[in-house]
Amino acid sequence: MAVDNQTVEQIAFLSRLKIDENKLEETKDEFNKILNWVAELQEVNTDNVEQLVSVNEENLFCREDVVKDGNIKNEVLKNVPLSEFGYFAVPKVVE
Amino acid sequence: MAENIIKTQNGEWEMVCGLEIHCQIISKSKIFSSASTEYGADANENVSFVDVAMPGMLPVLNEECVRQAVKTGLGLNAKINNRSVFSRKNYFYADLPQGYQITQYEYPLVGEGEVVIDLPNGETRKIGIERIHIEQDTGKSIHDINPKKSYIDYNRAGVGLMELVTKPDFRSAEEVGAFLKKLRSIVRYLGTCDGNMDEGSMRCDASVSVRPLGSLDLRPRAEIKNVNSVKFVMQAIDYEAKRQVEVYENGGSIEQQTRNFDQNTGETKFLRVKENANEYRYFPEPDLPPLVLSDEFIESVRNEMCELPDTKKERFVHELKLPHYDASVLCENKETAEFFEKAATGRDAKKVANWVMGDFFAMLNAKHLSLENSPVSAENLGALVDLISNNIINGKTAKDVFAIMVETGKAPDVIVEENGLRQVTDTKAIESIVDAVIKENPDNVAAYKGGKQNLMGWFVGQVMKQSKGTANPALVNQILKEKLG
Repeated sequence: MAVDNQTVEQIAFLSRLKIDENKLEETKDEFNKILNWVAELQEVNTDNVEQLVSVNEENLFCREDVVKDGNIKNEVLKNVPLSEFGYFAVPKVVE
Repeated sequence: MAENIIKTQNGEWEMVCGLEIHCQIISKSKIFSSASTEYGADANENVSFVDVAMPGMLPVLNEECVRQAVKTGLGLNAKINNRSVFSRKNYFYADLPQGYQITQYEYPLVGEGEVVIDLPNGETRKIGIERIHIEQDTGKSIHDINPKKSYIDYNRAGVGLMELVTKPDFRSAEEVGAFLKKLRSIVRYLGTCDGNMDEGSMRCDASVSVRPLGSLDLRPRAEIKNVNSVKFVMQAIDYEAKRQVEVYENGGSIEQQTRNFDQNTGETKFLRVKENANEYRYFPEPDLPPLVLSDEFIESVRNEMCELPDTKKERFVHELKLPHYDASVLCENKETAEFFEKAATGRDAKKVANWVMGDFFAMLNAKHLSLENSPVSAENLGALVDLISNNIINGKTAKDVFAIMVETGKAPDVIVEENGLRQVTDTKAIESIVDAVIKENPDNVAAYKGGKQNLMGWFVGQVMKQSKGTANPALVNQILKEKLG
């Protein structure tokens, strides 16, 4: 499996990354290097082997259902480039 | 199922529909943070650093959300998976500060299940559940305050959601409506979601396609988003199926797409071509290990479950001898069923059902009251039925007593005593009133004896009036007949 320049552009769009025209070729080659390496790994037979999601299977720590966070509006909004009327204000995103 | 065919001049078509329903989980705190889930707070008041994805913040799973989703799965006769895995669904939108939603993808918490729906014609049908997974809700965007900006409120961001996916088993809008009502009733019974579509705590997307009747292939579907009532979902599905049939019959084709429903016109409108699932670049969530549940945990949730509407309905029919219709009406919501059962215990259940579904519901409606604010308690309504059954008051007086109960909240026996409404069953007392009426109305007596039989009603009325409505009507009739010959 090899990617072309168009696929690189599509992935860049989905990731909201800007890749300059003159960097396309180089990025494509980097992608393909990684894919080739993965292709090599795929030579190993993994039929009937479940994917390893985590090495930590039995240790998911759960919280009790208690409210003890929030009500820190000012601290939260302190990190916002622009806030108005207590909201995060962002460029219009309606479709 | 003849009524499910879409007939045109050129042929017969069938609709194929499946649903995706997002149910907000009832819990005090959010699914991955300890901020409150309370609805209606000021903007960004119930927000923690986790909810807005500040660097270094990590999700910690709320056990109650897991419990609620397992309970819902059990209520839908679904398989609970002992092992499920959280995944990241990546996309950019301002209401999702992480840049990805924590959800479940290949390994959902709840697997296949089944819901029996009741159709208006009395038939039932089984609808398959594909899966339920748990995930986080997004923030809310407000677009209409400022023409150049969108405002975001993250209070809802991180509230726990159950996303329920059905199999494409629906063949009509009516079946979809029946399913949504049944689902709403079940989650409300279980207390796992409040099921208010208009407030957005239950949200439904419908995938609709059509095919020539008899064909088994699935054609490209349109997903209809943002529909906020059962009625509108049904309208949208009906409209969309007919639209697709028209497109096909005119030689066109349907592309997989997302559409919006316009409440004002009842039409669906093209929004965008459906994104490819690949574009979400799902991968296992590195911040949360897999969720592994023991059988003991699942059993402990099962033990917390209450009786569900279908089981309750069957019990009302078999144990309390209620007609099916009455049982369905009374069991639709848990509070009503509990109120009825409290009132009916140890009494003629059908008589109590008549009062609950008749005068009692009418009173709540007229006064815009909910059951919990009712001035008439279940005990008092039951006691009223006792007074009638024991011939202490007659049916007519009972309505007056009920009206006073509504006004004062007093117990019916107290009202009867205070107002002297006890029914007169003393034959001598009634006889003396009858005698007086006969004596005062010689003309009508003569007319009656001359053949005007319908005057009997008038005589009964006079006696009842003189007794201030307390005479036992059966006795009055009997004595009048004897005396008038």
